[in-house]
Amino acid sequence: MAKAAVKVPAPLRGFAGGASEVVLEGSTVGEVVRALARANPALERHLFTAEGRLRTSVTIYLNDQDIRFLGREGAPLKDGDIVSIVPAIAGGAPAPRRKAPHGRPRPNAKSSRERAFSREELSRYSRHLSLPEIGVAGQRKLRRAKVLLVGAGGLGAPAALYLAAAGVGEIGLVDFDSVELSNLQRQVLYTTSDVGRPKIERAKERVEALNPGTRVVPYPQRLTAQNALDILRPYDVIVDGSDNFPTRYLVNDAAVLLRKPDVYGSVFRFEGQLSVFDAERGPCYRCLYPEPPPPELVPSCAEAGVLGVLPGLIGILQATETLKILLGRGTSMVGRLLLFDALGLEFRELKVRKNPRCVLCSPRASQKGLIDYPAFCGVPDPAAGPSERVVPQVEPEALRAELRSHEPPFVVDVRGRGEWEIGHLPAAHLIPKEELSERLDEIPRGAKLVLYCRTGVRSTAATRLLLDRGFENVRVLRGGINAWAERVDRSLPQY
Amino acid sequence: MSGAVLEEMKTHAREAYPEECCGFLIGAGVSAEDDGPRAILALERARNESDGPRQRRFLIPAEELRQMERRVEPSGRTVVGFYHSHPDHPARPSQLDQDGAWPGYSYVVLSVNPADVPDVAAFQLDPDSLAFREVRLSILDTPALPPARTGGQARA
Repeated sequence: MAKAAVKVPAPLRGFAGGASEVVLEGSTVGEVVRALARANPALERHLFTAEGRLRTSVTIYLNDQDIRFLGREGAPLKDGDIVSIVPAIAGGAPAPRRKAPHGRPRPNAKSSRERAFSREELSRYSRHLSLPEIGVAGQRKLRRAKVLLVGAGGLGAPAALYLAAAGVGEIGLVDFDSVELSNLQRQVLYTTSDVGRPKIERAKERVEALNPGTRVVPYPQRLTAQNALDILRPYDVIVDGSDNFPTRYLVNDAAVLLRKPDVYGSVFRFEGQLSVFDAERGPCYRCLYPEPPPPELVPSCAEAGVLGVLPGLIGILQATETLKILLGRGTSMVGRLLLFDALGLEFRELKVRKNPRCVLCSPRASQKGLIDYPAFCGVPDPAAGPSERVVPQVEPEALRAELRSHEPPFVVDVRGRGEWEIGHLPAAHLIPKEELSERLDEIPRGAKLVLYCRTGVRSTAATRLLLDRGFENVRVLRGGINAWAERVDRSLPQY
Repeated sequence: MSGAVLEEMKTHAREAYPEECCGFLIGAGVSAEDDGPRAILALERARNESDGPRQRRFLIPAEELRQMERRVEPSGRTVVGFYHSHPDHPARPSQLDQDGAWPGYSYVVLSVNPADVPDVAAFQLDPDSLAFREVRLSILDTPALPPARTGGQARA
């Protein structure tokens, strides 16, 4: 038997003897809640049904967790535990007046209460309305729907436009970036004059201009483990258009915990992937990729490059799957991974099975909440502010000075050949990172070394590799060639 | 509540139309002996997360209530009730509203149509009969408004 404190919300204290907390003994949560109810009959009928079962309109928390995940009323108690009672608040307008005298609403009451489509809407959606698989009923489903797009970039831009065009009622957009020139090779939502503006602002304008009936809810912030559940919760479908692994895992995990489908798309160079993760019906992202690859092996789109049209195609496929989910039509991509190769214009499909040991979505799931995603993926958390660099660095201005001195350092560019051709530091030596370990003999030991890449991610990893191999006096150009182009040599393009 | 809080509530109802809006009424900590009028100090909007047709149903999940309680607690405030709107329908709680209600909390219902918010009313659940009884909703005007309307009973 343990002693637990049951917290009573302020307005109910009058019905619980006036106390904000009642200490009761019991070995399970169910026992103490029942004890509270027995002592306070005014609360009893709100907590329990006539048959004595805990009402579903009440949520009980044990410390900070919903007891749904802890074995419900059977959840065991320890001394000092805190049980909180939190009502769900629900209600609604009465059924329409044309109801039968005994108060039951007519069967079609639902459709007659909803706002009818205007003539303008009927015209706008006419091409949908003439499809038997959609019709007015389907179009209503779209209007009622809420879709959250994580990322308003290469994948999110086309998806947002097409979902709005289709008549989705509400679109949430999560993105904290501003439009950059290099985005315009593929992010067709933006124009040249938008460069420098926050993406969300502009995306909202464009989407609402296309379809004023679509409400855009902006989230100009980073998705984190602290806000993800709250942000995702109101939406029916989540579309993952993110560009990094920590966010992908975060979105998947939050969607699984909230029981929402996650329409996944990704692009890399000339290849794209598409699937729908829905833990209620099939595998989740973790069933497919239980662990992220080490960060050094995964260049971002910026580093690896991507054919501009590719995210356009995959983004629209994501919109397609989203519409199918909302309409309840077609064969879902749940359990299927589509692989697309733009060069061969080939589509391949892999079957993905639910992992019976998945830490998140299997019956034996050990992960019950969100975790630290940057740590999981092995990347320094950008949201955590300037973190301590483990490898020595040199600022662009300092490097310029050193290059002009009597003993200039040996500079190694670890990017790919294509990037080298965009522009490179004078007197640099190109040794792409993937070839580094085989070409170590090209690097003079004992010399002052400086490595650079685009922004510093690859060169930091490469520096660690050199340090591990016994090189000394190795530094990373902080901010990479982009910082150099910004601050030292404006003739070089940033990308 | 003040006229400003009422305006906020009406604005929410208008914005959410044709769906039901819903939200929290925030007041000072309630003591068991408090028999005087309950002061609604502020509002916090909630998202209507009903699975049903949101033009006729609303739902505030327990988790949202819990988080809201934690948010206002440090300033000595608490959630004292809830408000929601009835699009194209009178400001009277329905059977459904009553079934989902708890004693001790204040419930404010607004009637909203495309042109206006014509009616707002407040209710509490009688713990014995489990039926709603209407309570007086007083709108206290800010000093800027004409004195003739200060403090009186009003259902705006």
